[in-house]
Amino acid sequence: MKILIVDDFSTMRRIIKNLLRDLGFTNTAEADDGLTGLPMLQSGNFDFLVTDWNMPGMTGIDLLRAVRADERLKHLPVLMVTAEAKREQIIEAAQAGVNGYVVKPFTAQALKEKIEKIFERIG
Amino acid sequence: MEHNESSQGDFESTLKKHAVELVDSLEKGKFGDAVQLIHELNQTRDRGLYQEVGKLTRELHSAIVNFQIDPHMPQAEEVSQITDATERLSYVVKLTEAAANRTMDLVENATPLINSLSDEAQALSTDWGRFMRREVGAEEFRELARRVDGFLTRSSEDNRVVSSNLNDILLAQDYQDLTGQVIKRVTQLVTEVESNLLKLVLMASHVDRFAGIEHDREAMLAEKDPQKHLSQGEGPQIHADKREDVVSGQDDVDDLLSSLGF
Repeated sequence: MKILIVDDFSTMRRIIKNLLRDLGFTNTAEADDGLTGLPMLQSGNFDFLVTDWNMPGMTGIDLLRAVRADERLKHLPVLMVTAEAKREQIIEAAQAGVNGYVVKPFTAQALKEKIEKIFERIG
Repeated sequence: MEHNESSQGDFESTLKKHAVELVDSLEKGKFGDAVQLIHELNQTRDRGLYQEVGKLTRELHSAIVNFQIDPHMPQAEEVSQITDATERLSYVVKLTEAAANRTMDLVENATPLINSLSDEAQALSTDWGRFMRREVGAEEFRELARRVDGFLTRSSEDNRVVSSNLNDILLAQDYQDLTGQVIKRVTQLVTEVESNLLKLVLMASHVDRFAGIEHDREAMLAEKDPQKHLSQGEGPQIHADKREDVVSGQDDVDDLLSSLGF
């Protein structure tokens, strides 16, 4: 299971990486926004994407749309982990095809639940 | 401010008085008088306008002076308070980032020690159970005793490391005190700047009234349309619990998503 973590803050990437390792996912890579993340996804055989929303360059919602528009990536499960908490935004992400949405600040338990739920649904 | 009100009042009363006189002279056919009145009206308006622009300029100047840095600092002349505030906030970002990384270093250092102690304890416990049930031979017992001995030594050493890491994690939180002070100062500056700007805006509105300038409010409002920025992201919401359009936590997000069929 290869996972890409996209967030502009290195501390947040590190927290997520540690939590994922705790859940048994040790094969992770990092990018600091959509512009660097998208090419990695296109060439990297990733199985799962965890992304922030608010980032310079390309935002997480745009990255999500780009993933869904890409023939080879459109089925990639995407979990959004973000401080963006407006109802409209959550609906926007859902419509863009997000698989899970975790609001910051979050707990290890919440992250674990969402990830398990996503994989359960995919089977 | 009071002076302003009165100069505005003077202008308006002169305007009204002259208007009546103007109509009067025109009706009586005194065109010379009428031209003179128009001239006086113009002069009153110009005088008011000059006064307001003068006041605005002075206020602008003192506002700029007010932005200057705290005179106790050696580089006071070069650094404005805004630059200083920006630097202070960068310092906050740097401190919090360093504290987060320091804390994570210490946790990442302690986690494998704890995990390995826990694994070893579990393995020993299994073998100890076998020993209690007399399932262990003499040779194996000597080996078990050696492992228990090693475990006790390592456990005591590793516990010291973990305990010292916990202490350092505690100390890494000292940024809170420093960043708290810095942020309070910057907040104070923002409040001052806001009240100075507000004064300037009021002054400018007097000039607008004298000069008869009208602004296109709709165009100004459209420029800061919140909808346009929504997909760029807004960052954390501050009064999430008091706002209808914002979720107050993960449970709210889950409810919203499940109402959408997730």
